[in-house]
Order: sequence, then structure tokens, then C-alpha cells
Amino acid sequence: MTTLPGDASTLHDDFGEEESPDPVTPAAKTIEGRSLSQIAWSRLKKDRVAMAAGIIIVLLVLIAIFAPLLASLSGNSDPNAQFMDSIDPNTSMPLGSAGGISSTHLLGLEPVIGRDVLTRVLYGSRISLLIATSASLLSLIIGIAMGVIAGYFGGWIDAAISRIMDVFLAFPLLLFALALAAIVSDHAFGMSGDTLHIAMLIFIIGFFGWPYAGRIVRGQTIALRQREFVDAARVLGAKPRRIILKELMPNLIAPVLVYGTLLIPANILFEAALSFLGVGIRPPTPSWGKMLNDAIQYYRVDPAFLIIPGAAIFITVMAFNLFGDGLRDAFDPKAH
Amino acid sequence: MVTYIIRRLFAAVVLLFVISMITFFIFYVFPRLGGQTTESLASQFVGKTQSAQAIQGVIHRFGFDQPIWVQYGRFVKGIFFGYDYDTGTQMAHCYAPCLGYSFKTNTLVSTSIAQWLPVTISLAIGASILWLIFGVSVGVASALKKGSFIDRAGMITALIGVSLPVYFVGPLLALAFVVNWHIFPDPDYVAFTSNPVSWFTHMLLPWIAVAFGLAALYARLTRVGMLDTMNEDFIRTARAKGLPERTVIFKHALRAALTPIVTIFGMDLGFALGGVVLAEQVFNLPGIGREAVDAVNQSDLPVIMGVTIVASAFIVLANLVVDLLYGVVDPRVRVS
Repeated sequence: MTTLPGDASTLHDDFGEEESPDPVTPAAKTIEGRSLSQIAWSRLKKDRVAMAAGIIIVLLVLIAIFAPLLASLSGNSDPNAQFMDSIDPNTSMPLGSAGGISSTHLLGLEPVIGRDVLTRVLYGSRISLLIATSASLLSLIIGIAMGVIAGYFGGWIDAAISRIMDVFLAFPLLLFALALAAIVSDHAFGMSGDTLHIAMLIFIIGFFGWPYAGRIVRGQTIALRQREFVDAARVLGAKPRRIILKELMPNLIAPVLVYGTLLIPANILFEAALSFLGVGIRPPTPSWGKMLNDAIQYYRVDPAFLIIPGAAIFITVMAFNLFGDGLRDAFDPKAH
Repeated sequence: MVTYIIRRLFAAVVLLFVISMITFFIFYVFPRLGGQTTESLASQFVGKTQSAQAIQGVIHRFGFDQPIWVQYGRFVKGIFFGYDYDTGTQMAHCYAPCLGYSFKTNTLVSTSIAQWLPVTISLAIGASILWLIFGVSVGVASALKKGSFIDRAGMITALIGVSLPVYFVGPLLALAFVVNWHIFPDPDYVAFTSNPVSWFTHMLLPWIAVAFGLAALYARLTRVGMLDTMNEDFIRTARAKGLPERTVIFKHALRAALTPIVTIFGMDLGFALGGVVLAEQVFNLPGIGREAVDAVNQSDLPVIMGVTIVASAFIVLANLVVDLLYGVVDPRVRVS
């Protein structure tokens, strides 16, 4: 939001006045202090488990981004190509051992349909990470807004928002998500196909997840509200909007970051659960949950087809959980 | 205590009311927002193979052409008093609690749900007991022997547990214990009243699958809570006055560490029900979850709606019981 003098965009900038140097906070360059995030980063660097998990997360994101490239490098670029000559016509199971693992199909083939498992796992990571991170962002945005409002204003506003959060928390979310996913037909809200299903999943998972973030932010806000720097800002005549955005928000970044990192794996499991139940991403689009759903029918004869997508979910979720734990310890070593 | 009970009861009734409104909104209003017409909505409620004329009849008989609040009033009246409806050939009565009529199976939804509930309840209660016992005892053992082999093994298992979803750990357990080692029989529902032993052995695997992840979560929570409590002054006082260590741990520390766990337990029941739904799907157990998923695949909306309401009502009731117990365990919550 840096604006040059005389720049036309200043006219549209409602917050233009607040861009001027803040008299309350000292200029950052002159004092050689370390900020909370610098301290946390130096702690995090020493946490070998968290760093390893972080590297795995980076790799997973790269895999998701470059899935088509990696798939074509493995020799099977099309996730829907069927290799029926490698499927035993009598048993419908892949030929060869361990689910048909071979040099041409590195993780084997799907039973009956004969699609390449590696390519589908690679493409599945896109759906999984896209939905989980977008839903987490949605939850965090709603949760932060509601939590800060409830915590800062208190009184009946707090009572009302807290009650709503309690209602949400007590809900059997999976059943409600199931109902919502079922009720929406193939064309709704001007969307159709994968776009609609992805948007619906992000909305359902994100919308039902906000109260968890809301509770954490509310608690932090109540603690921060009574601190001296907030009093100082209020005495200087700051309006609630300024106090919330400029004084409270920067202090909420750490807990929100930690919680957000731990929310992503929960959402990966939620998305996979919905796809497992058949109301998530529709075939033939690859998703890990749907692969496990298919695998349930064959796992006694073809366990490899169960273990590979299951392991993909497990490794991803574990990496995010470990990194989130490390992040929490780095920001607040006393938490443990 | 009496005012506390009355307050909790009142809150539960309000919550049930809110849930009925949200469910009604999801099924009768939300699809219209998505672009469905009265005709397509009505045809979803009765199954899709109806002539245009028949659909008009259905719309009229079931009041789809009436204002939303009239429809909601009819829906609530059905739950409390039941109502008469015209099946097209004759008049029939839907007894209270009337949750509608499934045109796919030609049965009253309440009758079907009454048939499926014992499966779900068996699964939920057994899993809850397992998850609380294992979660809390592993957490306490880890906290008391912090840094020991038990602590490390317990916490690594817990970390794996929170990253393993029911739909992956379930089939893995079945592969190991049913297919490979023949230790457990294939999971199936045997009515408790007909053969309690068989009921137990056939349910054990689904119980473990549901409880594993939650026990892992609770082990981590209990460990942190226990470590905090053991550093409190009152523990030092208890030791200083010469109480045996066993009394200090079980009468003083554990009780204080467990109170927050009880609160979370109430909130997690809704989440646990999601695990139960998934386990029913994995092990093909005829509970409300599997039947709801079947209903989703057949677009049998009255069944999905009935299951959602009944499940929510159970969660609210279970929460009420937890709240009341909490009031007994911790007198402080009665006043707040």
C-alpha cells in the first residue's frame, strides 16, 4: 500500500491517513532488538523434527504444483488412462506383485479400472492441498473477525457470538456436511462439475471450521485488551477499528499462524472423509479420499492400493501436525 | 444446583430448536438459493421417476407451494404430534416423532432410524469408553514419567494416531487382525440382547478404529494438563503435608487435570460421531451413518434429513448429560 505523492490511487485509499509513521511504535531500524518472529524463527531452526516436517510440506506443495510434469516424467501423464493389458482378466486385479508395481507403473495400478496409481496420487495432492488450505483460510478469516469482535466488545455481542460458536462446536459436522453436499445438485450457484464440488467443499469445511479459530482468537483478544498498549492507544483517542487492526491484529498473528498450520491437516482429513463417503470430489477426478473409498472393496486381495493413498494422507497430515507443533513451541516454549 | 439444571435444560431446548431450523434451512431453502425450482426440489423428496402431473400433486400435498414458515411449522408439528398425509392412494398417519416418509423404501423415516440406532449407539458408547480410558491413562503415565521410554513411546504413538484417519486405520486393522492373524472375527453387528459376547467381539475392531485417533488426542491433552498441574503450588502443599504420592496424583492432580478434559469431551462428541459414521462405512455396519450415506447416493432426502436431526438431538442430549456431570464434579461452573 505504498503510495507516491500525488498518486491518483491515494484518492481511493480510505486508510491513507493511517499510513503515516506511527507515533506509538518506535522506528524499527534504530533499535537492534529482536522481534517475536525473529526469536521464534531462531528457535524453529534448532528444532530438527519441525524443520524436516517443513521441508516435507514444501516438497508436497511442489509436488501439487508440478503434478502434471512429474506424472509425465514417470511416463504416465494422463490420470485417466487405463492399462487393461496389465490387469488380470480373470481376477480383475493388477498383474504382478504388490498391486502391479513395475518400472512402468511405479506405484502399481488400480484394480478393475487399471489406472496408474502414482499419477492419480500426484494429481490427488492438488485437490487435497487446494481444498484444505482454502478452507483453512476461510475459517481463519471468519474466525478472526468473529473472535476479535466478541473479545474486544464483550457484553451481549460476546455472549451472542460465543453461543453461536458453542452451537457449531456441538454439531455432528460430518453429517451436516453430508446433507449439504447431497442437497446440491450438479448445477448450482452458476457453477457445475469439479468447480462446483471444489467450491462446495471449501465452503462446507471452511464454514463449519471457523468457531475453533474464533474461540482461540477471542481468548487472546480478551487477554490483550487489558494490556497497557491498548489502553494507551485508547487514551490517545484511537477508534475501535484502529485498535483492532493496528494494535490487536499484529499480536494475534502468532496464535493464528500456529492454529492455521494445525487446521490444514484436520481439513485434509475432513475433505478425504467426505470424498471417502462419496460426497466430495466426483470421479474421475483423482482424490485421495475417493481412492481409499475404492480400495475398501479390494483391500483384502490388493492391500497395496489401500496403503498407497492412505500413506499419502498420513505423511501429509503428519508433516503438518509436526510442523504446527514445532511452530507452537517456537512461539511459546512454555506451552509444553 | 437446581437453577443450574434448569438453565442447562433450557439451553438444550433452545439448541434443539436452532438445530431444527438450520436443518430445515439446509433442506428446504438452501437448494432454492442454489437455483432449484419447487418442482425439482419436490421430485428429490419423492424420487425422480414422477410425471409432471404427479409432481404437482406432491408439491400440493406436502405443502411445497406454501410460504417457508408454514412449511417449517408443519415440520415442527410433525415432530411433536405427527400428521396425516395422503400417499396418493390412501390417507396415512405419520406418528410422532414424525420425520417424514421415504418414498424410496416406502417406510416411515422414524421407523427405519429406530432400527439403525442401536448399531450407532453401540459403536459410539464402546468407542468413547475405550478412547477415554486409553487417552487419559497414557497421558497420565507419560506425564508422570516425563522423558522416559514410556513417555516417548506413548507420545510417538499418539502423534501417529492423530494423523491416521478412521478410513485408513480401520481397514489396516482388519487386514492385520482378521485377514492375517485371525484374532478377531469379521466386524458385524450382532444385537446385544441376542448374544452379548458375540456383540462384543464383533464390535471390538470398529471400536478401536474409532477410538485410536481420539485416544491419541486425549493422551496429548492429558499429558500437557497433568504436567501443568504437577507444577502447581497445591501439589507441593499436598506433598509437604506428607500425603502419599498415590493420593497426591490421583486425588489432587488428576482431578484438577481432568476437569478441562470433561469440557472438551462434550464438544468432541459431535466430532466422534463423524468417526462412527466413517467406521460404519468402512466395516459395513448398518447404523445411521451408513444408511445416511446410502440415502445420499439414492437422493433419499427425507432419510438424510431425519438422520441429521436425530443425530443432532443425541449430541445435544449427550452434551446436556456431560454438562450436568460437570456441574457435579466442579461446583465452580454452576455459578458462572
